Amino acid sequence: MSDQGTYIKRPNRPLQIYAMVFLFVLYLPILFIPMFSFNDSIYVRFPLQGFTFQWYGELWNRQPVWNALWNSVKVGAVVAVISTILGVVAARAITRYRMPGKSALVTFIMMPLVIPGIIFGVALLVLMSRMGVPLSLYTVTLGHLIVCLPFAVATLLPRFEGFDPSMEEASADLGENGWWTFWRVTFPMVMPGVVASLLLTFTISFDEFIMAFFLTGTDPTLPMYIWGQLRFPQEFPSVLALSSLILFVSFILVFVAQWIGRLGLDKDT
Amino acid sequence: MADTSLSQTEARSAPAAPPRVGRIAGILHRNETLRGYLLMSPTMLIMTIGILVPFLILLVMSFWTREGFGFDTTLTAHNYTRVWNEPIFGALLQRSFWISGVATVVTVALCYPMAYYVAFHVHRNKMMWIILMTLPFWTSYLLRVFAWKVILGYQGVINSGLMSVGVIEAPLEFLLYSQTAVIITLAHAWAAFAILPLYVSLEKIDKSLLEAATDLGDGPMARFFRITLPLSMPGIIAATFLIFIPTTGDYITPALLGGPDGAMIGNFIQLQFGAINNWPMGATLSIVLMLWISAIALVFLFVTRKAQERIA
Repeated sequence: MSDQGTYIKRPNRPLQIYAMVFLFVLYLPILFIPMFSFNDSIYVRFPLQGFTFQWYGELWNRQPVWNALWNSVKVGAVVAVISTILGVVAARAITRYRMPGKSALVTFIMMPLVIPGIIFGVALLVLMSRMGVPLSLYTVTLGHLIVCLPFAVATLLPRFEGFDPSMEEASADLGENGWWTFWRVTFPMVMPGVVASLLLTFTISFDEFIMAFFLTGTDPTLPMYIWGQLRFPQEFPSVLALSSLILFVSFILVFVAQWIGRLGLDKDT
Repeated sequence: MADTSLSQTEARSAPAAPPRVGRIAGILHRNETLRGYLLMSPTMLIMTIGILVPFLILLVMSFWTREGFGFDTTLTAHNYTRVWNEPIFGALLQRSFWISGVATVVTVALCYPMAYYVAFHVHRNKMMWIILMTLPFWTSYLLRVFAWKVILGYQGVINSGLMSVGVIEAPLEFLLYSQTAVIITLAHAWAAFAILPLYVSLEKIDKSLLEAATDLGDGPMARFFRITLPLSMPGIIAATFLIFIPTTGDYITPALLGGPDGAMIGNFIQLQFGAINNWPMGATLSIVLMLWISAIALVFLFVTRKAQERIA
């Protein structure tokens, strides 16, 4: 690492500045949301009018916000648990067994990552209405499962790949059956991936809009509630306050998830 | 991310089941395959209920027509001929592809130097950089679009900011409700989708190739265009796909920031299922959108493949 890499290692000033500006611009837009949420004016504009917690106080006393929050948490928790379990099972199958048509299966699972969400939304809407299933939080949950599964699998796959199968063989040789081998050897090894997947899928479901837009019945999720409020300019400040809280929680969850999910994975980077 | 892990999987799982001989081994092998399928089945069941079945029904419905408040279920290509013949549909599709095409090019071009910087010039805390660059992407898409509405709005950050310092007298009206607003927002919102594949492909480049080029007398520019850029082509292609395909059907951004000029096909599909209440036409438009996306993707793949063969 001494001589040979030097010209690559030489710091590149313009590029460094570009990177700083890039990160700044990446974060700037979402920083305006919390900034204006403390602004003492119902208009979202400069100059700032003074500091206030008024909009947060207003949120606290609003029953529909609490309902929507509870709906989102319920859906998010169910989606996180189911998609992570399915992700564990699928990742295990993909990494451990030789299956003809495996790559086709994986492509199928990953499809929702690239196909426009609106198409899944309307397709599920059509299915539900043809089967006479009323739209509810259950239909939203199904929609979110489709969106979250690829992320669960993508988070868990590297964990199962980095897993040495001889550990399981050793456990089997020492007399454990398949069930206990899974819980005492496999599961602890993939645990960080499981935690990361739970946090990520919860956040994705919690923030998801387009599926909920087509599949929500009478109970709105939090993003649907916000969408409804966006029509009223006088509601902007409280929407900003609510958005700031959501952003704050999402950032923390995702940061923890990313950190845990990558622990011990790419030591070289 | 998904692509690389997939190829690794196959590379690693292949030697796990070496070819064996004999009858028992054959059954075992088949058993293992069966066990694999069995493990996959719950996931596949959900995907089938959530994707495959809805798609088939959507496909069937696209051949129906609206009749009063219900559907006429006789199969006919009526909707498809309408999409083909009436210029509004073609125009909307064209505009959607134009907007997301420009957004894709802008995003990939702006993200490339960033990914390059992290891949080649960051040596400590790389993971931190990657998390930092992708973190906003995980937060609510709706809220990130909303943030741009706050910035570009008639009384938004830019207008009120410029007015309070006295640069402009009246708000600039072209900021919000335009194609530009949609393109800016899309480019910002989808940056992570470009950064990750670009970074992965750049990181994989064997540094000794760069040294070899330098030793043989290539300057930084020649080195970049002859080695780095061609070798990072897979990342560029992946990034292009990952942004272009989902953004063509985007609904939120054009709905919040597009106005009449920036409306895209996604908004029109939503209208068919909402205010216009012509579900079969909405289904037809969804199918047509999918077909166009696949066609464009195939042509793009073919062209880049040819171009790469030329270089190699």
